Amino acid sequence: MLTGLWPSASGEQDYALSFDQAREKRVLVIPALFDEANKLRHFTVEVMRRLDAAGVDCVLPDLPGTNESQAPLHVQTLASWRAAMEATARHFSTSHVLAVRGGAMLDWGGLPGLRYAPVAASSQLRGMVRAHMLAAKEAGDPVTREELTERGLAEGITLAGLDLGAPMFAALSTGDLPEGKLAEIPQNLLGGPGLWLRAEPAHDPAQADALAQLVLERLA
Amino acid sequence: MASNLPAIVDPSDDIELVLRQVLCDVLGLSAERAAELDAESGLFGHLPELDSMAVAGLLTELEDRLDIIIEDDEVDGEMLETFGGLLAYLTDKRSDD
Repeated sequence: MLTGLWPSASGEQDYALSFDQAREKRVLVIPALFDEANKLRHFTVEVMRRLDAAGVDCVLPDLPGTNESQAPLHVQTLASWRAAMEATARHFSTSHVLAVRGGAMLDWGGLPGLRYAPVAASSQLRGMVRAHMLAAKEAGDPVTREELTERGLAEGITLAGLDLGAPMFAALSTGDLPEGKLAEIPQNLLGGPGLWLRAEPAHDPAQADALAQLVLERLA
Repeated sequence: MASNLPAIVDPSDDIELVLRQVLCDVLGLSAERAAELDAESGLFGHLPELDSMAVAGLLTELEDRLDIIIEDDEVDGEMLETFGGLLAYLTDKRSDD
């Protein structure tokens, strides 16, 4: 396993975690978005370890503004993340894409591949707004979805600890899954509940085995 | 004539099963632990790992699996405080639809 820098579209150098032996099949793994990125990080990297062991290169970039990235989050949009993924694919000469959950929103349509349990950005935003409302209510300072949406669209907003700019909020609120050409791997093929549901991040080796196996079969 | 139809499952049992399953998936409980949940079992405000983000995920999952829409103004501490409270809300919600 290697970590390396890649020149991101934002002009900053961002990190990517990679298993790179210049093999024929090279998979760009687009991570899950927002809190799901944390909950699925271990799982995602374990799937990559299995692909590596089976002879497939893979690379997992940081999205600009997340993880180790030095770029600010509040200037990012789905479009800037999509451009960053395309730039990473070019930099690493990847042959395929594996998008995890909301990562499917960042498919730019340039490579064949797969999307695992895709979720629309609008649905993720709905959950983040709901969590914010719930926390505000518990703190004795309730706020409505309309108020949060108005604020988010006008000046951006911090939701679930994430500093979302107004353009990102707008993109998320209308973000439906792209049609694209990525084939879908639904969660029910993995033989367990989605790990993004877990209140505390957890790992399930059996599910990582199952997803890696499905990816290998479908990239064959 | 109706004898060939499958037995009608009591919808309240069905909802309770789904709720236990979703709590299992969210909290990472074993089937035994999930089976021990009773009406008085505390949820939001009682389990440290069940924070607002986890509750939001829990509600979204319940919406998907029970094919209901949980309105924002229906979500409050009382409904989420206990297993029994949440089950009563969901049962009510299903019978309204």
